[in-house]
Amino acid sequence: MIVPIDLLLLFFLLIVGIAALWVKDLLAAIVLTGAYSFVMANVWLQLGATDVAFTEAAVGAGASTALMMACLSRVPRWEK
Amino acid sequence: MTPEIKAYKRNIIIEVTTNLMFPLTLLFGLYIMIGTSGTGGGFQGGTILAAAFILYITVFGHEKGREKMPESVNALFKSLGLFLYNGAGWICVLFSLAGAQWLNMPAFWPVADFVGVAGARSFLVGYMVSVGIGLTVMAAFVSQYFDLAWKEEEEMESGER
Repeated sequence: MIVPIDLLLLFFLLIVGIAALWVKDLLAAIVLTGAYSFVMANVWLQLGATDVAFTEAAVGAGASTALMMACLSRVPRWEK
Repeated sequence: MTPEIKAYKRNIIIEVTTNLMFPLTLLFGLYIMIGTSGTGGGFQGGTILAAAFILYITVFGHEKGREKMPESVNALFKSLGLFLYNGAGWICVLFSLAGAQWLNMPAFWPVADFVGVAGARSFLVGYMVSVGIGLTVMAAFVSQYFDLAWKEEEEMESGER
């Protein structure tokens, strides 16, 4: 575990999480959620849990983003 | 409240790239599922297999995706994975050397006699439990995506509206 990289990743995580809550465009929110999952996978890797990192990258950044995109194609794009 | 619909347009670059990536992604998923001895496992490999099918359905549409992965094959994979996982558990109860325990892999004597306890464990985990979990996860994700993806006739109806 390298502390500066860890702090940098947590900082990114905070920014991406707040941005995902803040944006009104749901497409951008989904992309930001995927980015959150990807940074989170790196955090798991830093913690030494390669298995969890793998799952996070496959499910969180891959499949879950695709499923939410498919959901978004059936609802309005902009949050009111 | 009508969603924004864009007409489906063919793009040769995306289609050729998908045709190249699809078998490689399937191979990578199988490698994660049964190849590695350390990281990875059934769930991760199954998700990567599902991601290959999700890519294919996204690019080629619902109908061609159904040709690649019909409903009957999807249901077969879903139940086959469950049967493999459950069978690996019960086969350990039936052929146990020590206490009869569900998914007690090291005590699986027909294999353990030949390749040892660790070999029996890695055989059962690698080829029955992981493949079972992976097949079920893949079929579940793909059927979820099929339910959400736009069908051709549905697109036509919404386009005319």
